[in-house]
Amino acid sequence: MAQNKREGTLVEPILRLNGEHVRAIHKASLSLLDDPGIFCFNETAAGVLNDAGCSVSSKQENQGVWRIRFPAALVEQSLESAPEKVVLGARNPKNRLVLDARVPEVYFGTGSETNIYLDTRKREYVCPNNTSLTLCHPSFHQERGSIEYLCQSAKLCDVLQQVDFFIRNVNIQNEGITPENKDVNVFLASLMYSTKHVQSGLVELDSLKHVLRLAELISEGSEGFPKNPVISFITCVIKSPLQMVDDTTEKLIAIAGKNFPVVISGSPQGGSTAPIEEEGMTAMINAEILAGITLTQIINPGTPVLYGAVPVRARLDTLHDLYGVPEVIHYNTDCIQMARHYGIPCYSTAGVGDAKVPGMQATIEKVFSQLFVAAAGAQYIHYAFGLLDKTNIFSPLQAVLDDAQIGLVRGILRRPVFTDKDILETVEQVKKVMDSKTRLFARHIRKAMRKGLVSLSYPFETRELEDRVLINAFQKLKDILSGPDNRLDETLIEKIYREIPGLLPRNFFEIPGIQD
Amino acid sequence: MADILGEIKKNLIAGRVDREDEGFDEDMVGQPGVTELVRQALEENIPPADILNEALTPGMEEVGVLFEEGEYMVPDMLASAECIAEATKILEPYFSGQEIQSRGKFVIATVEGDLHDVGKNIVSTILQASGFEVQDLGTCVKADDIVSIVKETKAGFLGLSALLTSTMTHMKETIDKLKEEGLRDQVVVCIGGAPVSEEFAQKIGADLYGEDAFDAINKLDKINAPGN
Ligand code: B12
Repeated sequence: MAQNKREGTLVEPILRLNGEHVRAIHKASLSLLDDPGIFCFNETAAGVLNDAGCSVSSKQENQGVWRIRFPAALVEQSLESAPEKVVLGARNPKNRLVLDARVPEVYFGTGSETNIYLDTRKREYVCPNNTSLTLCHPSFHQERGSIEYLCQSAKLCDVLQQVDFFIRNVNIQNEGITPENKDVNVFLASLMYSTKHVQSGLVELDSLKHVLRLAELISEGSEGFPKNPVISFITCVIKSPLQMVDDTTEKLIAIAGKNFPVVISGSPQGGSTAPIEEEGMTAMINAEILAGITLTQIINPGTPVLYGAVPVRARLDTLHDLYGVPEVIHYNTDCIQMARHYGIPCYSTAGVGDAKVPGMQATIEKVFSQLFVAAAGAQYIHYAFGLLDKTNIFSPLQAVLDDAQIGLVRGILRRPVFTDKDILETVEQVKKVMDSKTRLFARHIRKAMRKGLVSLSYPFETRELEDRVLINAFQKLKDILSGPDNRLDETLIEKIYREIPGLLPRNFFEIPGIQD
Repeated sequence: MADILGEIKKNLIAGRVDREDEGFDEDMVGQPGVTELVRQALEENIPPADILNEALTPGMEEVGVLFEEGEYMVPDMLASAECIAEATKILEPYFSGQEIQSRGKFVIATVEGDLHDVGKNIVSTILQASGFEVQDLGTCVKADDIVSIVKETKAGFLGLSALLTSTMTHMKETIDKLKEEGLRDQVVVCIGGAPVSEEFAQKIGADLYGEDAFDAINKLDKINAPGN
């Protein structure tokens, strides 16, 4: 069992808040949960919370919603019953993730449900004054997301080494996709090509049974479901500020009832739907997540939950969401510390570019959050691959670039591993080299290399007086997409088609080729 | 007397709705804001038309200039827009309809199944500040309900917002229902939200697509409301 898991990056967490800050934020969140409390739009939840001891106003008293005031003791008791450790399964059991709140082992994955897929082509330009001077640069085209592109993304992310889990990241907008059949198609496209953990939201509660059956069929080959939950769910139960929405809450109640791993996520925007100040944002989002967690633990004590922090900021010029700014890192780091304080694994956010295409801007916007959020020790970092234009565009080329970047981040965050014996050995090494003719340490690199302590140079470097990063990464993308994949086997696919209603025809699940 | 109009204008530009509002500067807390000042002006028998024409309108114009010059950002604009909305509420009873030039009734809603409202709320605040009489129906509003409100209020404008590809289809449904009810020619339908586009607007027979509130107002300026 111990080896049957993916290895994350164990970090030495950086702290932003001190113990006093953490206690103060906790207190502030409890006070928000008491007053104003949560405005709840879901009747079942209002009933359940009322029975559990919350004070619940009548609907009429409060403009058509139930106002729920949470007693601190109830929240704290729920935090006790939420498990510290959550296991997320995968088609390949070696890709199973063990998320332990007490262990800052970091995993990175995809996220968002982008409407736009960014298609890339290679273009060569000739200098009009000197035709021997040429420049190769990609050109980009926006395409609507589709099942085919989701399949392509699942395959790409299955191959990319740094991707630890796959959240469906392309919104399927094919003709024939309806709210009723969307979920099964999303999960099949993802599971068809991904041997890593697969996660998504749920459009229709009615599809839950079909989605679970699909996962069951797929897990039978590995270890059996729900021992190996190859899928899990994200629920955005909270609409900031402090409102529990109707339909997602209904879904959360159903998922928790089945004891399925679920992310309780909130995504307030500092400056529009939340205070822009770090302390206000953190106190509020923390209250929101605690409300969701409390509900799951009342429904089914022990429901495996992830503390889902997606705090972002609002832009000042349009109030749209904004990611590549320091505050987003502050907010996320604080949430990671709160989750650790509660002993609940943390789903966190990093790596979104506000830029619309891959390039310098995107890199700069992404890399700091990828680095610092990981350094803070979140167990599960979503949004980390391929996202541009806030979260509206998925670029496979960008995902390849992010993979390289996250490789570097993992290298930077590697903990020191030397022992007293290693120190003695390197001292010996220095003496030996001093005695040698060349006085070079080169031959000793091999030992460190075998220990995995030596990073390679940036994979997309150019040696000439030119920057070919994008073109080199594009070549890698093409190689991956024309290479082998881990598609489900045909007999299983047939079985799935016999049992699961609403799937679009099989040709929709073929991966489109990539052109030059 | 002119002093108080100047104060109203100053506070409008600072976006201070009331006494508790800090505007730009914490030192301002406790000093009267736009609502208190407008009430005080009325008590001092300053004609409501002067409040409107000498304080509020020029104040908002100045805000517009600051915004265009990049001095002001959207949050500043919204703060001033809220002041205008509050001030108009106080002044309304003093006007017999025609003196406050309304640009028409504007019904706005986020469509069925969709809870996103940050964008819609911004648009509705800005529309209000630019002279529309806005009725905001909230989120998750069914096509039938939207259509019956349009019918009831005889609104000249309808704004629909959707942020999900699975809900944008309700925009077409709403337009189709307007047609069924024979209301389509009475109302300019204007749509917005991240997944929709100019092309989509044409496809479903909306009159215009607004990338944001300002884009929508620019385009509305070019259209004559059928109701007006
Ligand atoms: C904040 C947010 C939420 C918040 C909403 C809070 C709120 N009070 O609205 C919460 C957390 C509740 C939420 C929930 C969900 N969300 Co959401 N959300 C967003 C996010 C990040 C930002 C939206 C926003 O506020 N933008 C800022 C405002 C200022 O911009 P705007 O809304 O676009 O409005 C501007 C213009 O579009 C225009 N405009 C808008 N409306 C109108 C109307 C008219 C008439 C005019 C003229 C102009 C106009 O003017 C506005 C001002 O400039 C977007 C991503 C994105 N970048 O769009 C995802 C996004 C829309 N959400 C998404 C999803 C998937 C969901 C959920 C399904 C998640 C889940 N699994 O539970 C739920 C759905 C709930 C529901 N039934 O609606 C997806 C949608 C993909 C899809 N399927 O189409 C997006 C695109 C994120 C992503 N890339 O995955 N979400």
